[in-house]
Amino acid sequence: MVDNDRWGNLLAHCILIVGVALVVFPIYIAVIASTHTGSTFLSGTLPLLPGKEAWTNYTTVIFEGRSRAGTPPIAQMLWNSFIMAMAITIGKLSISLLSAFAIVYFQFRFRLFFFWIIFLTLMLPVEVRIVPTFQVVADLGMLNSFAGLSIPLIASATATFLFRQFFMTIPEEMLEAARVDGAGPLKFFKDILLPLSITNIAALFVIMFIYGWNQYLWPLLITTDPSYYTIVMGIQRMATGGDSEPLWHLVMATVVVAALPPVLVILFMQRLFVKGLTETEK
Amino acid sequence: MQTKKLTFRNAWLPYLLLAPQVIITAIFFLWPAGQALYQSLLRQDAFGFNTTFVGLDNFTRLFQDDLYVNALQVTLIFSVGTTLLSMSVALLLAVLVNRMLRSRDTYTTFLVWPYAIAPAIAGILWWFIFNPSIGILPYFLEMLGISWNHRSNGNQAMLLVIIAAAWKQISYNFLFFLAGLQSIPHSLIEAAAIDGANKFKRFWTIVFPLLSPITFFLMVVNVVYAMFDTFGVIHATTEGGPAQATNILVYKVYRDGFVSMNLGSSAAQSVILMAIVVLLTVLQFKYIERRVNY
Repeated sequence: MVDNDRWGNLLAHCILIVGVALVVFPIYIAVIASTHTGSTFLSGTLPLLPGKEAWTNYTTVIFEGRSRAGTPPIAQMLWNSFIMAMAITIGKLSISLLSAFAIVYFQFRFRLFFFWIIFLTLMLPVEVRIVPTFQVVADLGMLNSFAGLSIPLIASATATFLFRQFFMTIPEEMLEAARVDGAGPLKFFKDILLPLSITNIAALFVIMFIYGWNQYLWPLLITTDPSYYTIVMGIQRMATGGDSEPLWHLVMATVVVAALPPVLVILFMQRLFVKGLTETEK
Repeated sequence: MQTKKLTFRNAWLPYLLLAPQVIITAIFFLWPAGQALYQSLLRQDAFGFNTTFVGLDNFTRLFQDDLYVNALQVTLIFSVGTTLLSMSVALLLAVLVNRMLRSRDTYTTFLVWPYAIAPAIAGILWWFIFNPSIGILPYFLEMLGISWNHRSNGNQAMLLVIIAAAWKQISYNFLFFLAGLQSIPHSLIEAAAIDGANKFKRFWTIVFPLLSPITFFLMVVNVVYAMFDTFGVIHATTEGGPAQATNILVYKVYRDGFVSMNLGSSAAQSVILMAIVVLLTVLQFKYIERRVNY
């Protein structure tokens, strides 16, 4: 009986369509721009319909690169981003599962102390301790390496909390039954906890993959060797790094390629993504 | 904090399980944070030969430094602008989508994906759209008699980075508002309708107050996002300019530490930022536990 008027609904649809159009607009423009030749931009404003140069532009950015701007072909950067994102994701998930298991299923000295140490990481994002963290990584000889790109980022309070919450909801009887059957802690973890947590792991995987893929400041600091550049930081060098006006058609082709993997992850795993997002923040 | 009633007994296994997380936290979080605290009390000479202990001098200098005070103001405007813009658009969209039955999932799909776009890429996209010579928006603004140039006009540059940062965050706010709206019992809204409250009255007197815990939570999250996660937006577009107009705190720490190599000052700025994060985190946990007004 509430909200059942036709005009109201029509108006709502209109506003929503405008809203969706505004949200989609920037990527639409990027896709359009990536299908034109460089000279199109010299003649003034960008056309709103696709051009014919898509194939040339995309093969150029992916396989040939732009030697003038000092950037390698982005195929290498995409691979680096993928390795970094996977290392961060898997690293975060594994160490968080292990610590949540320890905190929930064991009684030991300094348990609360360790819990608080993990909690503190929430309060110390990379951005606020840039210089000293860089110094530590440099002292450990981890500059220009995948270890340096991923390991310093894999501590995770949110994942640990989420798994702790989840483990607390698992019935006590599970452990009793496992005990009766003579299972030790590691067997219990592997054969009972892990299989039960699989949905939570998948949901967090989606969130963390996006987090890892989109890292910007950290790779910018610790990579000077172009063979370790990641795609998100590489774009900045193309777009605003040089002195001349950037080659926008190639920059936009790179933008589309760089944004594609995380966007696809969200679109194909929307349900897991929403679950991961709303539950990690509680 | 509780454990299971029944637990394993093992002298060393729990420590071993915790070791990776705790070691990484200690090396890459706690130690650098300690270093920042320590370095904030020191000053190096221009050549890096001499280091002297200067107490709180780095901090007092910061607050007397016009550039730092400017960065504080810029950060305030940027965070408030991004939070307000992103949350109000997201709330409007969420309220409208929540009315829909059949098309709800379709609209949601179209609205969630910008979450996947990195802040730096969001910045570059809007930088391109607003590009004074080839961008599409300046072309239309020109017709309205507005000349757009974010390379020379500080306010326009600020508007540009706010739009870019807010755009990316709409998805996040939208999802939380939508979840909040769906948890409001329909009977409450119907009761108000029977009492003769119109749509706007129903929204402001019933729906909005019931959303207040989520609104408050999102405010904190958005301020944290605008203050700390938007480094990429600034670095990939305005680089703090023109004339310091978009030089937010996080970008300034980076510039002072890596470009100007002013370690003492950069460390002091890090310490101030840490204090801000601690404050925001405490605020968040305190009020999320208590659930604002119900």
